[in-house]
Amino acid sequence: MAHSTTAAPSGSSQGESRRDFLLIATSAVGAVGTALAVWPFVHSMNPAADTLALSTTEVDLSKVAEGMAITVTWQGKPVFVRHRTADEIKMAEEAPLSDLREPTPDKDRVQKPEWLILVGICTHLGCIPMGQKASDPRGDFGGWFCPCHGSHYDTSGRIRKGPAPLNLVVPKYTFLTDSQIRIG
Amino acid sequence: MSAPAFNNKIIKWIDERIPLFTVLEHSTSSYPTPKNLNYWWNFGSLALFALVIMIMTGIVLAMNYTGHTSMAFDSVERIMRDVNYGWLLRYLHMNGASFFFICVYVHIFRGLYYGSYKAPREILWWLGLLIYLAMMATAFMGYVLPWGQMSFWGATVITNLFSAVPVVGNFIVTWLWGGFAVDNPTLNRFFSLHYLLPFVIFALVFLHLVALHTSKSSNPLGIEPKGPQDTIPFHPYYTIKDLYGVGVFLLVFMGFVFYAPNFFGEPDNYIPANPMVTPPHIVPEWYYLPFYAILRAIPDKLGGVIAMFGAILVLFALPWLDSSKVKSGRFRPVFKWFFWLFLADCFLLGWIGGKPAEGNYIPIGQAATFWYFFHLLVVLPLLGRLEKPLALPASISAPVLKEKA
Repeated sequence: MAHSTTAAPSGSSQGESRRDFLLIATSAVGAVGTALAVWPFVHSMNPAADTLALSTTEVDLSKVAEGMAITVTWQGKPVFVRHRTADEIKMAEEAPLSDLREPTPDKDRVQKPEWLILVGICTHLGCIPMGQKASDPRGDFGGWFCPCHGSHYDTSGRIRKGPAPLNLVVPKYTFLTDSQIRIG
Repeated sequence: MSAPAFNNKIIKWIDERIPLFTVLEHSTSSYPTPKNLNYWWNFGSLALFALVIMIMTGIVLAMNYTGHTSMAFDSVERIMRDVNYGWLLRYLHMNGASFFFICVYVHIFRGLYYGSYKAPREILWWLGLLIYLAMMATAFMGYVLPWGQMSFWGATVITNLFSAVPVVGNFIVTWLWGGFAVDNPTLNRFFSLHYLLPFVIFALVFLHLVALHTSKSSNPLGIEPKGPQDTIPFHPYYTIKDLYGVGVFLLVFMGFVFYAPNFFGEPDNYIPANPMVTPPHIVPEWYYLPFYAILRAIPDKLGGVIAMFGAILVLFALPWLDSSKVKSGRFRPVFKWFFWLFLADCFLLGWIGGKPAEGNYIPIGQAATFWYFFHLLVVLPLLGRLEKPLALPASISAPVLKEKA
C-alpha cells in the first residue's frame, strides 16, 4: 500500500485484471466452441453422401440421330445432349468472339464437334430453356430460348441475348466409347 | 404497476405465485387506449387472428402431409378428397395466407399514413418489419410443400436469386438445396422450417405487443394522450370493436374459402412438379409481386437482387427518412397526396410483377421501381423540411369538445 499513491490498492487492481483475463478467456473459448459446434448443424444441410454418390450418369449416344437432341438427368438436373448438324457447327464456330457476352470459342466447349453436352439450366434464374424438341422455339441464334425471362443461346449454348449473364455450363464428361459418354 | 385486488380466492392464490391475472388486467381492462382509434386500427388484431388460424389449420394439415417428393403432391390431394374436412382445412390454410398478408398490408399502410413508425415507436415498427420478413419466408416455403409445378419452379427461381452473390453464390445455393437441384432434401428442410417459423412469428408478435404496450397505441390525430380524459380502457371497448372486425373479416374470408377457394392460387400448381419442364410463365404468389417487379426492373442479376431486398430493408430507416415532426397524414397537406401516389405505385408494381417481362411492361416497371425508392429516399426527407403542416389540436378530446360547444 505504501508504494501505491495514485490508484486503488495493487492487490485489488491485480485481482480485477485477473478477472478481466478470466472473463475474456472464457468468452473467447466459449465463442470458438460455439462456432465449432455450429458447423455440424450448417454442414448437415450440405449435400449428403448418397446425394453425392449419384454424381455420374452414362448416356448411350447411338440412338441420337444427327439434328436430334435428348435430355438426360444428372444430379437431378437436366443435361442437353445435342447431335449437331454441319450447319449448326459452322454457325457456332464462325460466330465472332466480339459478339459474345462470355467469349469462349466453340472448340473449347466440345470434345467432338458433333456432340454438344450442356447443363440445361438457364444461367439467369434456373429455368430450363426450350429448343430440345423440333417444335420448340430455338431463339434468334438457333440454339435454345428460355421462356422465363427471354434469354437466347446459340448452337454452342453461349448466351447471345437476354438477361442471363453466362453461357450454358458444359459439365465434365468423358467418352467411354465412340457412342457412350459418362457425365460427372 | 400495482397489483389489482382480486376477490376470487383461487385467482388471488395463483396470482401471488405467478402474476398471470395482473398482467392480463394491465394489458386489457386497465390498458389506456386512445379513444379516437378508427377502423384502420382493427387490422393488427385481425392479423393476429389470421396467424392463429394458420397455426391451428397448419398443425392438423401436417398430420396428413408427407414431406417427400414422391408423395407430397398425392398426400395433399388425399387431404382434399379423403381426410375428413381436409378440403376445408386446406382451403382455410391456403386462403388464410392471403388474408394474413391482406391484413398485414393494410396494417403497414395504416402505419405509413398515420406516421405510426415515429418516435417513440421505432422498435415497434422494426419488430413489425421482422414479422413481415418472417411471414414472407414462411409463405414461400409453405407454397413449395404441395410440390406442384409452381411450387417447384418458384422454389428454383427464388433460391437461384442467391447465386447472384459474388464468389460464394453457388455454394450458398447448393447448401440451401442440400443437393444440386431443388429436390427431396430441399422439400424436407422447407417443411421443417415452415413448421418452425410461425412460432418465431408468434414470439415476434409477443415482442411487438410488449413494445406496443410500452409506447402505447398511436392514433389518427398523431398526438399523444394528455391524460385519462383522452383514453378509454382496451377492455371492453376495443375488445368488442376488434371482435366486430373479426366478424366482418370472417364474412369475407369464408366467402372466399367456400365460393372461390382457388381465387388467389395458380392453376399450374395442380400439376405435379416436373424438374424437366419449366412452365412458360412463372408467377409468384400475389403478395410478392411488387418485389418481383423490382427484381426484374433492374437488367443486372445482382443489381436486381440487391434492389429487391433493399426495397424492404429501406423501410427500417423510415423513422429517420421521414423527418416531419407531425405524425398523422391528416395534418400534412402535401404528404397526403404523396402517400396515395406511393400506394398507387405499389399497386402498379404488383400488377407489373404479374405480367411477363417484355414490351411496355419493362419501362413501366422501371419507372414504378424508381418512384418506390424516390418516394422513400428523397420525397419523404424533403417533405419534412419543405411542407407546412396544419395546426395540431390541443388534445385528442379538444376537437370533439369544440364541435359540441
